Amino acid sequence: MDLNTVWFLLIIILIMGYAVLDGFDLGVGVLYLFTKDETAKRVYLNSIGPVWDGNEVWLLTAGGALFAAFPVVYATVFSGFYIPFMLLLAALIFRAISFEFRGKVSSPGWKKLWDYFFGIGSLLPAILFGVAVGNIVSGLPIDISGMYIGRFPQLLNAYAILVGLVSLALFSMHGSIYLMIKTEGSINEKVQPYVNKLWMTTVLLYALTSFFTLFEAPFQFNGLLKSPLFWILFILLLVSIVLIPVFVKAQKYFRALIFSSLTIISMIGLTALSLFPRIVPSNIDLDFSLTVYNSASSKTSLTAMLYIALIGMPIVIAYTIFVYRIFKGKVVITKESY
Amino acid sequence: MDAVLLSRIQFAMTVGFHFLFPPVSIGLAWLLVIIETFGYKRKEEVFIRAGNFFGKILALTFSIGVATGIVMEFQFGTNWAEYSKFVGDIFGAPLAAEGVFAFFLESTFLGLYLFGRDKVSRGVHLFSIWMVAIGATISAFWIIVAGSWMQTPAGYIIENGRAVLTNFWDAVFNPSTVIRFLHTIDAGLIAGAFMVAGVSAYLILKNKETELAKRSMKIAVYFGLIVSLLELFPFGHESGREVAKYQPAKFAAIQGLYTSQTGAPLAVFAVPIMPPPELKAKVEIPGLLSWLAFGDFNAKVLGINAFPANDLPPLFITFVAYHNMVVLGMIFILLMMMATYLIIKNKLWDTKIILRMFIWAIPLPVIACELGWISAEVGRQPWIIYNVMRTSDAVSANVPAGDILFSIIMFALIYLLIGSLYVYLLVKEIKHGPEPSIVKEELS
Ligand code: HDD
Ligand code: HEM
Ligand code: HEM
Repeated sequence: MDLNTVWFLLIIILIMGYAVLDGFDLGVGVLYLFTKDETAKRVYLNSIGPVWDGNEVWLLTAGGALFAAFPVVYATVFSGFYIPFMLLLAALIFRAISFEFRGKVSSPGWKKLWDYFFGIGSLLPAILFGVAVGNIVSGLPIDISGMYIGRFPQLLNAYAILVGLVSLALFSMHGSIYLMIKTEGSINEKVQPYVNKLWMTTVLLYALTSFFTLFEAPFQFNGLLKSPLFWILFILLLVSIVLIPVFVKAQKYFRALIFSSLTIISMIGLTALSLFPRIVPSNIDLDFSLTVYNSASSKTSLTAMLYIALIGMPIVIAYTIFVYRIFKGKVVITKESY
Repeated sequence: MDAVLLSRIQFAMTVGFHFLFPPVSIGLAWLLVIIETFGYKRKEEVFIRAGNFFGKILALTFSIGVATGIVMEFQFGTNWAEYSKFVGDIFGAPLAAEGVFAFFLESTFLGLYLFGRDKVSRGVHLFSIWMVAIGATISAFWIIVAGSWMQTPAGYIIENGRAVLTNFWDAVFNPSTVIRFLHTIDAGLIAGAFMVAGVSAYLILKNKETELAKRSMKIAVYFGLIVSLLELFPFGHESGREVAKYQPAKFAAIQGLYTSQTGAPLAVFAVPIMPPPELKAKVEIPGLLSWLAFGDFNAKVLGINAFPANDLPPLFITFVAYHNMVVLGMIFILLMMMATYLIIKNKLWDTKIILRMFIWAIPLPVIACELGWISAEVGRQPWIIYNVMRTSDAVSANVPAGDILFSIIMFALIYLLIGSLYVYLLVKEIKHGPEPSIVKEELS
């Protein structure tokens, strides 16, 4: 494997980390929109309170790593998606501060306002994640000089929105399983019916999306079926999707969470595999696509960054696990809670 | 308005707003390290309660620092795409390093610090605030590496119209990284010291929790005196020398030196007038500028007239920002000296006027930080990378001005809302004061 491929892989891993970790806390935020009960709301908030910021850092780091390893992609995609990105940032800002702000004033109107900010601030990123993936998979209008020449409304095409709904359903399902682990009693009972419904929705939407991809971006399948990695990921996806309801039924929610994580990982893995070695295909002419080779940083830079990743990430993962273990178990509301 | 100007306005606004919060976060985190470490060693309840109380202010400040920081991370790509393509090879690495080495650390351990007091041993809890402070400091380091590289680029060559890294460590430790890091971190410590001192002064004046407030105030004042002095000498002084050496046009602008001369005077006070560029009503000390810049009263200092007009930064704003930062620095030293003297004489608790001054001084260090960044960043103009790439060549070529205008308005409204709510909630938190008492067994 050459350095460029290694960095493609590392960035995909960062995105997987983001989707698995922030995926459940965005999902909790989406479900939050559907709960009326004050205690339940506080339990939801506190189930992710100590960890959501660390989860979001996966996104920041993926962004930083993309900038460092594939600056042309970073620049082209972010400036091309200007308006959606600004909306995403607004959503993330409101979401980030609603944790702190909501509980600070005890008027119902105030709480309600921040409920919306938090809920919509979670819903929007969950959808936009898929919208971005959808647009990239189906290709962007990139001209011969590597410049994005599209306009904002094109980004909201039907296919991209469909993928947006997939990520929304997927993260919500993931979040509902997380809530089953963290809650007890009546709150827990209220979450339960969501899990299966969201699972069904995810499976249906994903199947539909795969079908449409055949028409929307047929080039993604060129040679794909011959790659052994494709079959590994594909089988992993099938097995994990099927095992989720099995473990939910057996009330083994932690295992169900593992398999919903593996579902997310294999879905992203399949998408990445179908893209590679392109990162952003051009729908004007595939030859104009941005690839891991024509948009990458120099060898010196990629090597220096590899050291940073190899030294840093194991430490990060170690203390993340350490802190998650401290906060394991059901949520208990205390003085310090939100 | 064109996209370049709009993008500059947007960047200045968003980063300027972001940087209202990090100095307080960094400074408070380190003061909490001191307070919590005392609490851990001495097992005294007041320190633990003080930790809890200031911890809440940290949490509030930190959350907005985080919320506004996310915007910054992506803005290089959204608004400065041509710049990002040009420098990605060098500039991206520190941003990624900041995520890997710092953001994970501070955010993960802040969660543990705020929510874990009852879940972990006292030692682990103390460890968590240390990690928050260290994480915030490392984060400052890496972002300043990136920022400093734009000021004094090093360790690169230009190949096919892009900057390419040749030596990682030369790029990281470019000529201005170390001094900018020290000057900025110390500025944060000053901001933290004034926050703790001001809040404590308020409690003392209100006769609330005076025992706790006096202890915190003492820590903040002694600490604040040291860091305020260090900010002038050596950090401020060395920053100036660094600029004189590597960015002479900026130096001339911030110092208001319009003609090159030997034995250049230091303008202590003046009003810059344009055009023609001149200083009115000046108070000057002859030869001092030459000495400060090059350690020799007779050294030659280049003035504005030594540079072509299209290579000069805006003169008014840089001069005014820089001089007000220095004035504020002097005020901090003065205030901290007075307070230290009064503490030693055991008179501070009754000197209402000084206590009241400390309340009003809470926002001043943050203002000084903003002024400092303005002189550094506006002083870098018209270059986005000093002497290498112009700001006007750096903007995203494919983003229409209307889209940028939309986002400026959006951020302006959001920040107005968040900024006012922050002040409102901060005041509310301070008025509420520390929680009455916590369970004693915790100490055993
Ligand atoms: C000297 C310090 C300093 C400077 C110059 C900046 N920041 Fe900052 N930033 C911090 C110091 C900091 C900090 C202390 O680490 C945070 C965490 C909490 C806070 O209040 O500020 C922060 C938060 C923060 C976050 C959120 C991290 C999280 O989720 O935990 C991001 C993404 C950035 N920053 C990015 C930037 C960028 C791209 C900047 C430049 C343009 C920038 N910051 C200037
Ligand atoms: C946090 C403290 C900072 C503040 C308050 C600040 C302030 C400013 C201001 C006022 C401008 C506009 C200058 C002008 O256009 O006249 C600016 C521009 C800019 N700054 Fe900073 N800055 C800060 C830190 C940084 C850091 C650490 C970096 C790099 C990592 C950075 C990168 C930039 C870039 C890319 C621009 C836009 C291009 C330009 O106008 O030159 N800034 N900043
Ligand atoms: C007391 C005398 C001071 C002197 C002589 C001084 C000097 C300087 C100089 C020359 C710069 C520009 C550096 C550059 O453009 O590269 C600067 C920047 C800055 N100053 Fe000061 N300063 C002083 C006090 C303060 C104080 C009290 C604060 C805040 C509490 C502060 C905060 C900053 C910040 C945040 C920057 C931007 C970062 C940087 O470029 O280092 N300064 N200062």
